[in-house]
Amino acid sequence: MNGYEELDHTADWALRVWAPDLESLFVRAAAGMFVLMGVTVGEAAGAEREIVVQGPDSETLLVAFLDELLLVSETERLVLSPTLLSIAPGRLSAVCTAAPVVEQEKEIKAVTYHDLEIRERAGLLETVIVFDV
Amino acid sequence: MVRIQDLKKINEFEWEIPKNYRADMRVPVRIFSTRRMLDDIMDDKSLEQAVNAATLPGLVGHVMVMPDMHQGYGFPIGGVAATRYPKGVVSPGAVGFDINCGVRLLGSAIEREAAAPYLDDLATRVDAYIPSGVGKAGSVPLKERELEEVCVDGARWALRNGYASEMDVRRTEEGGRIDGADPDKVSPRAMSRGKPQLGTMGGGNHFIEIDVVEQIFDREAADAMGLREECLVVQIHSGSRGFGHQICTDYVKSFQTAVKKYGIELPDRQLVCAPMDSPEGRDYLAAMRAAANYAFTNRQIMASHVRRAFEDVLAGKLNRFQLHQVYDIAHNMAKLEEHVIDGEKMKVCVHRKGATRAFGPGSADLPDEYMKIGQPVLVPGSMGTASWVLVGTETSMLHSFGSTCHGAGRMMSRSQAKKEVRGEDLRTELERAGVHVRAGSMAGLAEEAPAAYKDVDSVVETVAGAGIARKVARLVPVGVVKG
Repeated sequence: MNGYEELDHTADWALRVWAPDLESLFVRAAAGMFVLMGVTVGEAAGAEREIVVQGPDSETLLVAFLDELLLVSETERLVLSPTLLSIAPGRLSAVCTAAPVVEQEKEIKAVTYHDLEIRERAGLLETVIVFDV
Repeated sequence: MVRIQDLKKINEFEWEIPKNYRADMRVPVRIFSTRRMLDDIMDDKSLEQAVNAATLPGLVGHVMVMPDMHQGYGFPIGGVAATRYPKGVVSPGAVGFDINCGVRLLGSAIEREAAAPYLDDLATRVDAYIPSGVGKAGSVPLKERELEEVCVDGARWALRNGYASEMDVRRTEEGGRIDGADPDKVSPRAMSRGKPQLGTMGGGNHFIEIDVVEQIFDREAADAMGLREECLVVQIHSGSRGFGHQICTDYVKSFQTAVKKYGIELPDRQLVCAPMDSPEGRDYLAAMRAAANYAFTNRQIMASHVRRAFEDVLAGKLNRFQLHQVYDIAHNMAKLEEHVIDGEKMKVCVHRKGATRAFGPGSADLPDEYMKIGQPVLVPGSMGTASWVLVGTETSMLHSFGSTCHGAGRMMSRSQAKKEVRGEDLRTELERAGVHVRAGSMAGLAEEAPAAYKDVDSVVETVAGAGIARKVARLVPVGVVKG
């Protein structure tokens, strides 16, 4: 299991993500997002990159984290993959490898807050993220 | 979920969700739909989202949803909501990420029969001149200073720089330039995304389509617009690209704190908003207008590329290959307008998300040549099906804040469309039907399959039946270029 699946949404894309802890939930959400975009990456190269985002709650941190990855994928044509990710109240930091985008089928305009809630279910954390496409 | 028994029938084309349906609603929801179309509408969460939208502080009249409505992310697509100026709110979520996503229509005197041998070349050339793939840079890279000028001057910047004619600008909503834009309210990130992308189409449902005017319903209006039966027209559907997406992203994030500051309770965090006269509200409006002006300029640059493609293919072969501007309209925008509500004239902020402005005859902001007929409304259908040209009416002014529908409206999810339709098969089918297709992604093509959309003719019959637009012409496609 990848820890994510695409759900039906009339106009946009919805991704259900689940994981045993918050950090892996974020990592899986990022992986799922790039799968939805149909991204193929090359070999990771160059120096590792650090991302830091801030927000008042986990949902805001999740949106800000994914926004950051989207931005880098559009402006630098790089997919960042976290190798180390830590979440403290109000702050997320991640160390990521950077791999060039070789191919990308589709574009995500943005990550939305629509009905976004990270909840606990059967011992796992779960959320549904809606992307504007 | 809203059920059919929760709706009050007003007439054949209008339904209402009363204000007492849910305790937090501030105004009722008015639905423009036939009984038959309601079945599709009730299949998704669009009405629930309209009810959520009806909780925004400062709303007046009704929240309205058009027959092409469908579920969005917060505010429903096809939604219109007006808040009273200056204490009412402005909501970035009710405008959406693609600020001033809209449609431009170019008309011509090129006859279908004469153009037939060249349609394939036209599709190829348009595809070559307008970058549409993901991450592709546009042909008009901007320096910081130039982008600031685009933010403030919109299509007038394009006019000064040789990408537009005076008529293009005149026949654009707001003259292609909305007052009150301020690039200082735009983040450096948005600026960096905006600089390379002018003149690009983007993906999703954006497209350029070459159509033929199949039938004219209102001769006087069609003449004013220069639309002739059996002649080619071109539709351009795009928006403010990464520039607008980033502006919305930035403000939706910062408004998460603003709603707490102003004590606003919302049923969905994507609906975040702030009073128009607050620093946050003013800053968003100034940044949103910059994105709106960017989008007008973007479609203008694309139009100049389409004209170049037509000239390159048709010059020396046909006598008349020029493309003239019919109109350019936004369908994702928040605008300050004056409307009469319950007999009182007031200034309101009309949020239209997946809805088109449809001002009636005599309205301010219309160019002289359209004063008598009303504002042209451009309603693209799904790929391979018909599109429509309509005009706004007196009724739309009185009844729907001068608004009407914007398209066919999705009814099938993207994942379902991909399961049911193969992009390659769809392309073959369209080509067989005489539509020349250029598409960057087969999966993307499948997601936009006509079967995933409502019937645009039924949508148009509904708004025409309700009187909030009048039919002018029906268009059918002969060439489609997609990202």
